[in-house]
Amino acid sequence: MSGNPDAAAAGGEWPLWEVFVRSKAGLDHKHCGSLHAPDAKAAVQLAREVYTRRQEGTSIWVVRSDQIVASDPGDKDMYFDPMADKVYRHPTFYELPDAVNHM
Amino acid sequence: MVASIALKPDAHTRYVLRLADTCLVWSHRLSEWCGHAPVLEEDIALANQALDLLGQARALLTHAGRLEGQGFDEDQLAYLRDERDYLNVTLAELPNALVAGARGDFALTVLRNFFLSAWMLALWRALERSSDAELAAIAGKAAKESRYHREHAADWVVRLGDGTDESHRRMSAALDRLWPCTSELFDADEVDAAAAATGLGPAWDALREGWLADVQAVLAEATLPLPPAPAWRGDAKRGRHSEHLGPLLAVMQVLPRSYPGGVW
Repeated sequence: MSGNPDAAAAGGEWPLWEVFVRSKAGLDHKHCGSLHAPDAKAAVQLAREVYTRRQEGTSIWVVRSDQIVASDPGDKDMYFDPMADKVYRHPTFYELPDAVNHM
Repeated sequence: MVASIALKPDAHTRYVLRLADTCLVWSHRLSEWCGHAPVLEEDIALANQALDLLGQARALLTHAGRLEGQGFDEDQLAYLRDERDYLNVTLAELPNALVAGARGDFALTVLRNFFLSAWMLALWRALERSSDAELAAIAGKAAKESRYHREHAADWVVRLGDGTDESHRRMSAALDRLWPCTSELFDADEVDAAAAATGLGPAWDALREGWLADVQAVLAEATLPLPPAPAWRGDAKRGRHSEHLGPLLAVMQVLPRSYPGGVW
């Protein structure tokens, strides 16, 4: 535990892991929360204990939180606002035959 | 207070009760960690395992009640039997702490979980072929649970045994405390002989070799030397318990004995 080099670097705390759970075959893994665990295998087991005890899952991914690279909230305007006025990027201008459902 | 019930269990019923009571008492010990485990995630893990074991105990006690024939249900068997009529193994009833008064020792807890779940897994797998169809059905469901319990516990034994000097020292102390109690898991008697003869289940001594190989491999990875074969032999499964079961049953039984039929 404290012998874990990663944990020692974090001042004795176990590292944080992000947990993704697939609810059933064919669906994608969805982020459902985070937890502390001493290593990768323990993270998967503890994710099973904490996040799938009510039959929520059929598969689990975990990833170290410090391995996730995220966009900066301060860059939100620059990154995402320019898309607001470009409706032509949506495929909504095609005329579909009646036989095609669920597009 | 409600009076105790007296059982007249035959060998078949006693074989089932030994498993049922081991699951129930072990579950109770794990439940004592609830709200007190070293970290939140492991607190939930121990409570989840306690609930798995309680579910196994309930199914086995209900079955034992039917086999015994006086019409006792799972609650009567759990709450109204005296200590001497409990047939769990000693390993299940030992307190979570190494020293009296302490809340709990996590090293001892994970090592007990490993020893017992490795043993239960071997037992369930054999019982899936039991001549007792109800027992075989219980085993089929329970084996999956025990497989996870064994893996989770074995990982902790390795992580702590092969961890820091302090965690290694604590695992060694837990091993010294628990090892003598493991001989009872493989000590066969007339109950086992009857079970083997009727195809009910394996005589417990038949499980020793596989369990020992499993334990040897995990302890080696955990850098914990295997102790010599224990000389002491527990007798809890024949009703002669350590001093620790009585207080556990007092806690477990006081409410239903004081308020019979109480519900909320």
